[in-house]
Amino acid sequence: MCVTCGCGSEEVKIEGEAAHREHDHVHADGTHHSHAHDHADDAAHRHSHDEAPAHSHAAGVSPKRMVQIEQDILAKNNAYAQANRQRLAERGIFALNLVSSPGSGKTTLLCKTIALLGQQPVAVIEGDQQTSQDADRIRATGAQAIQINTGKGCHLDAHMVGHAMAQLSLADASLLMIENVGNLVCPAAFDLGEAHKVVILSVTEGEDKPIKYPDMFRAASLMLLNKIDLLPHLQYDVQEAIGFARRVNPNIRVIQLSATSGAGMDEWLAFLRDGMNQASAAKQESVDSLKARIAQLETQLQRAPR
Amino acid sequence: MLFESSKLSPMHEMSLAEGVLQLIEDAARKEKFSSVKAVWLEIGQLSGVEPQAMAFCFDAVTRDSVAAGARLEIIALPGTGWCMACEKTVPMTEVFGECPQCGGYQMQVTGGTEMRVKELEVE
Repeated sequence: MCVTCGCGSEEVKIEGEAAHREHDHVHADGTHHSHAHDHADDAAHRHSHDEAPAHSHAAGVSPKRMVQIEQDILAKNNAYAQANRQRLAERGIFALNLVSSPGSGKTTLLCKTIALLGQQPVAVIEGDQQTSQDADRIRATGAQAIQINTGKGCHLDAHMVGHAMAQLSLADASLLMIENVGNLVCPAAFDLGEAHKVVILSVTEGEDKPIKYPDMFRAASLMLLNKIDLLPHLQYDVQEAIGFARRVNPNIRVIQLSATSGAGMDEWLAFLRDGMNQASAAKQESVDSLKARIAQLETQLQRAPR
Repeated sequence: MLFESSKLSPMHEMSLAEGVLQLIEDAARKEKFSSVKAVWLEIGQLSGVEPQAMAFCFDAVTRDSVAAGARLEIIALPGTGWCMACEKTVPMTEVFGECPQCGGYQMQVTGGTEMRVKELEVE
């Protein structure tokens, strides 16, 4: 168990997948999950240098040697994240990783957002340690949702999200919202393949959260300052909170909103629509350039002497 | 907690230690070694990783593995940042730290967030 936050990697459950995972994912050597994405290791390059002269050792004693690894500790997760990002780009899907403390209003904000987006196809991956309460709330809005229970785990990782994406029937040029486990620490380090991390801070929390949990605010491109309808009842310094966030991350964009009153939701929806337009335009561009290339090659074939 | 946490932002060293073990086990399969004597990690000062917590978690996750009992060596890499006001690279000790030259906070971290497995001594 994690000494800082109590996390552990066992007991991950993805809705509709539990039985399949049990036999499929545990290998004799103790490695979990290595079957599905063997390409994850492709980026690895290792060189071994046998520095000990083999003949100088007594029989039965294997020689000591150095093995160069030179790999990021999160390399495996990053490779899965890259695969997710590739799959999303091919479909023109705009994906966001929503992170916050527990109780910041993520799920309420998501439900409101889905309602306001109307006909726009949205899918949600919900991460929680236990229960499918949040996915149930999302499904009640009519959007697709899948719940990942991380068990003792304190964050989603790219491998779990890849499996969840496979379970959802994602529409081309749609929006995928990944609601991470409520935790301002661990999810900062785990890329899921999203376009942006969006950190949600509610005004019922301290102004100084950005400097208390700087990694998360540094990893995010957008901060949503939620529950601003409560400001008249609180002694909360909005400018101080934004100042702390910018101290950690000078480029962070800030939107002040309230899912309950609807204030600021227009700006948030505009951000989402821009992102979706960009994602589908990028996909269209690559499709168009491939079509142009095919046409060019066909012309060359026709002109070629027989 | 068993150790003193000097930073305000503890990362979860247990998951990271599991990542280290995965890299070691992958290497063990490819390079055909059965025992790890020592592991060198490069940890940046701004990575949020607490070396003592990492050592504690490393011992816990490597028990009964190819790296059981291995010595853990942590190489600390210095934090650096780009100060937009001074237009130069300056040392940083905290991700939200101020520029040691001008005292401003318009800083972008440029080095010290590394978390890498550098090399292993094996047999």
